[in-house]
Amino acid sequence: MTATVEPEVGKARRRKEDARLITGATRWTDNLQLTGMLHMALLRSPVAHARITSIDVTEAVKMPGVLVVLTGQDLAAEQGSLPCAWPITEDMLAPPAPSLAVDRVNFAGEAVALVVARSAAEAHDALSLIDVDYEDLPVVLDLESAIADDADLVHPDLGSNKSATWVFDSADAGTGSDVDQTIADAEVVVERTFRQQRLIPAFMEPRSVVVDPSPDSVTMWSATQVPHILRWMLAAVLGIPEQQIRVIAPDVGGGFGGKLQVTPEEVLTLLVARRLGKPVKWTESRTESMLSAHHGRDQLQRITISARRDGTVTGLKVDLLADMGAYLRLVSPGVPILGAFMFNAIYKFPAYRFTCTNVFTTKVPTDAYRGAGRPEATFAIERIMDELAAELGVDPLELRERNWIKHDEFPFTTVAGLTYDSGNYEAATARAKELFGYEALRAEQAERRANGDPVQLGIGISTYTEMCGLAPSRVLGALRYAAGGWEHAAIRMLPTGKVELITGTSPHGQGHVTAWSQIVADRLGVPFEDVEVLHGDTRVAHRGMDSYGSRSLAVGGVAVVLAADKVLAKARTVAAHLMEVAEDDVEFTAGTFSVRGTSTTMALGDVVVAAHVAHNLPDGVEPGLDAEATFDPENFSYPHGTHLCATEVDTQTGAVKIRSYVCVDDVGKVVNPLIVEGQVHGGLAQGIAQALYEEAVHDESGTLTTATLADYLVPSAVDLPHFTTDRTETPATSNPLGVKGVGEAGTIASTPAVVNSIVDAVRHMGVSEVEMPCTPMRVWKAIHRRGDGVPTTPGAGGGLGSLDSRSAEERGGAE
Amino acid sequence: MIPAEFDYVAPATVDEAVRALAAGGEDAKVMAGGQSLIPVLRMRLAVPTVVVDLSGLTELTGVHDDGDSLRIGAMTTHYEVQRDPLVREHARLLRLATDTVADPQVRHRGTFGGSLAHADPAGDLLAPALALDAVMVCVGPSGTREVPAAEFFVDYFTTALAPDELLTHVKVPKLTGWGAHYEKFNRVAQAWSIVGVAAALRVSGGRIADARVGLTNMGPTPVRARGVEEALIGQPATAESITSAATRAAEGADPPSDGNADAEYRSHLARVLTERAVTAAVSA
Ligand SMILES: Cc1cc2nc3c(=O)[nH]c(=O)nc-3n(C[C@H](O)[C@H](O)[C@H](O)COP(=O)(O)OP(=O)(O)OC[C@H]3O[C@@H](n4cnc5c(N)ncnc54)[C@H](O)[C@@H]3O)c2cc1C
Repeated sequence: MTATVEPEVGKARRRKEDARLITGATRWTDNLQLTGMLHMALLRSPVAHARITSIDVTEAVKMPGVLVVLTGQDLAAEQGSLPCAWPITEDMLAPPAPSLAVDRVNFAGEAVALVVARSAAEAHDALSLIDVDYEDLPVVLDLESAIADDADLVHPDLGSNKSATWVFDSADAGTGSDVDQTIADAEVVVERTFRQQRLIPAFMEPRSVVVDPSPDSVTMWSATQVPHILRWMLAAVLGIPEQQIRVIAPDVGGGFGGKLQVTPEEVLTLLVARRLGKPVKWTESRTESMLSAHHGRDQLQRITISARRDGTVTGLKVDLLADMGAYLRLVSPGVPILGAFMFNAIYKFPAYRFTCTNVFTTKVPTDAYRGAGRPEATFAIERIMDELAAELGVDPLELRERNWIKHDEFPFTTVAGLTYDSGNYEAATARAKELFGYEALRAEQAERRANGDPVQLGIGISTYTEMCGLAPSRVLGALRYAAGGWEHAAIRMLPTGKVELITGTSPHGQGHVTAWSQIVADRLGVPFEDVEVLHGDTRVAHRGMDSYGSRSLAVGGVAVVLAADKVLAKARTVAAHLMEVAEDDVEFTAGTFSVRGTSTTMALGDVVVAAHVAHNLPDGVEPGLDAEATFDPENFSYPHGTHLCATEVDTQTGAVKIRSYVCVDDVGKVVNPLIVEGQVHGGLAQGIAQALYEEAVHDESGTLTTATLADYLVPSAVDLPHFTTDRTETPATSNPLGVKGVGEAGTIASTPAVVNSIVDAVRHMGVSEVEMPCTPMRVWKAIHRRGDGVPTTPGAGGGLGSLDSRSAEERGGAE
Repeated sequence: MIPAEFDYVAPATVDEAVRALAAGGEDAKVMAGGQSLIPVLRMRLAVPTVVVDLSGLTELTGVHDDGDSLRIGAMTTHYEVQRDPLVREHARLLRLATDTVADPQVRHRGTFGGSLAHADPAGDLLAPALALDAVMVCVGPSGTREVPAAEFFVDYFTTALAPDELLTHVKVPKLTGWGAHYEKFNRVAQAWSIVGVAAALRVSGGRIADARVGLTNMGPTPVRARGVEEALIGQPATAESITSAATRAAEGADPPSDGNADAEYRSHLARVLTERAVTAAVSA
């Protein structure tokens, strides 16, 4: 076995998996073809809130190729209720969540009937012959009216549209003082309301499920981020013995939290496959995905910040309304709560209170979307810091410097009760300012203002932190989350010296196969190419908590290290035995054991063979070197950084153009800089998209009018600026790799940087807020103060052009 | 999504195509590049029983010199229009507008004739066709007729074409030596116009001798900004006269309201973009 000389960790390796993914030589769920496989299609409600008075399937059943047509009534006894694993309070209200609506529909897009046919086309054709009678109920769309006393109720049985109210108060927690008193005593108070618009995760691969039933076990392939959680929940919801369920997440084309779910479609595919005794596939269209897969964000944030005249912040009060949509999905209630610990961000607030009320509406359920709770928090705090700076008349960057935690104050316990282990906000900010040319841009801004240039320049700042590495299991328990936050890894040492690494994380585009190989290569001194990473199949990777929340490296990667260390510990025992020396005299470097002070060596590969054949092992030592480990973190990890955005705002049209974007992120130790760069770029694209482009819009009847990619504007490369990215590297002290996580940082940081820059550009024209997405019309109206009567029909888009906006209404409930 | 079932006909000549259309009756649909038709079929917004694919009609492709005008085959793709030397020389406005249509994939498939026949008021080629006084050559069972652009666009997605008629060619009068500019306003690069302004000008001795201005997405059909044209003709080609003329851009327009823009904002955009388009056309 050759020793690797140069460390693998830190190398900008191209991703092993990319050749396969890019050339299509791979297997997405929808590519699977099983013998005798049938196809399921779902009829979805075109109305947002209604009683189902009748469903007539007689014509649909007669259609060619159709095997069965089922309604919610047919499945009521067996479908159970979809799981919510995060009851945030003891008295949280949670409605039953059927996979197929039984007698009421609560959002447009909810499935009301299913067809199974020999081909997907036949199944879809039959949908149009199912006749459903709906008796309309009042729709509930607006958060504030939903919690009014006389509000129409989404779920009358619950008696309220308020699902739960969750409070963190620093005075009660002993982490700070009373915020009301602080605000009452304050020299300066700024209060703002921000709207976090509803977003659609828009993963590239639409969801797809294939279920192969056999009398004694069920195999499900699903485009999911969470095969392990899915298996557990299927067993719990449907009462199928868990050992008889195998879930496989094959190559999965993106998720962004959108595939962190146990979906109605997974349950239904399983139920019909079992009922018919045949494999069944369901694959959604883009529009179906947008109408039924969970959405993200959607909060109304009332933020109050208090400070002394000298700019020292004294208190922060956060009042949130969070839109759950019609049902509580897997972690819906907990998403806004994850933000509770992040509103105070990198600043030293002496007093803090966070109150969040989760509200039901007749819309698609919301749940995790890239950042989940932290982008919302970061947006609010970074926006209000700019507003406070304006109020005080100081440079917003200076205000931040005055209040942030200094690098020599770590570890630092925040007013929200978290202990930030490490960080260096000064270093990241200094580097960002230098790359950005901060002073020169400020000078140009002043000049344009003075000249009354029709194109004004704005500078937006976001000095963010976030929490990654979900999560210490004890903390999750304290937050009433139903699962743990550990991760598992196992290593199989094959007789030829090659390595199979099994991880409980479930990559869906992140490049774990490459990064984990780099970690193992260094740890065991084997070539990068000799490591195969296995994941996503519950019969191969039998233990895992899957991938979300920037946890995979900070938790799963550490489990890999621990498993490798166990392999080495045993190998050392065997090597010492074979070399006939004491274990203490054996050293290990670059794949080779050597005896201290001698020239005797033994390669790891030879130890592997010896352990495998077991001809000569010490007494009591089992054959083989395989090992497994589970890592439960002690703390979260806290990436941070400084993002600076310069935008040009055309005051005549309201058009916004990002002129330059600089980000300096500190994500701790970096395993693969190329992967980190990719995550940052993608994250920035999504964060900028929230600021400028994306919004799930409903009309007054509750129909989603942005149900195609022609009107839900996901930006492409041409719409985005060149990104200048750099890093500082302050290792995390909470894990042996020193890593923090990078999956969400770009998304979390960039949204407020962009919006701050827009407001900064036109603040002198009397603008202090532009609602997201900052469309040209919104910006223009903000400048010219023409109210905000934004219509809800989308504009012309895609191949459909204007037809799209004209047909949105009809399409509302289309499949 | 999956389109409903239909019969597919691929004629080799215009005659065959016209006969296939007549045989199919009201439920027959012509397919050119399919860039608008296929999405409509997939969403099942249209459910034709017969689709007549024109892609085999090579007689309908290419740009020909007809003396005072160009004759552009309806099946000429956007990509071909962009690169055609005759278009570049005699109908620059058309080329500049075509440059802004969608993305390279769509421009390689989508056709000039398809865009005009589709008659989406947000489409970028309608206003140039109107401003250039293009004439549509339509062929049906009873023969050929020519329809000027001003009469061709009737309403949203509605043209003067009868269900059994084909658009075969478009005659575009040459405006050799004119300045031109197409100013498109949209939110993402691949999107249709929220508002677009097509301007072509002839400047002579420092004065605007002739002017054509057409507006995209300012009503159910493309709009000719006659007021602006009137205000420009005979005036010196200066910023002042352009600014003043542009204030008349939204006169007579009937702009729609949607999530990207309400009518008030569209009218405002029409004025700002007209000023920009005319200014650019003067210096081009
Ligand atoms: C993603 C995307 C973005 C786009 N963006 C833009 C844009 O920014 N600006 C823009 O202007 N366009 C845009 N388009 C539309 C594009 O320009 C299409 O090429 C055009 O709308 C239709 O042309 P086609 O040849 O594909 O016609 P088809 O889709 O084949 O046909 C469209 C309609 O016209 C009828 N038709 C076609 N040809 C004839 C004919 N010769 N005689 C009679 N009837 C006919 C068809 O029956 C059908 O009803 C976009 C399209 C897509 C898919």
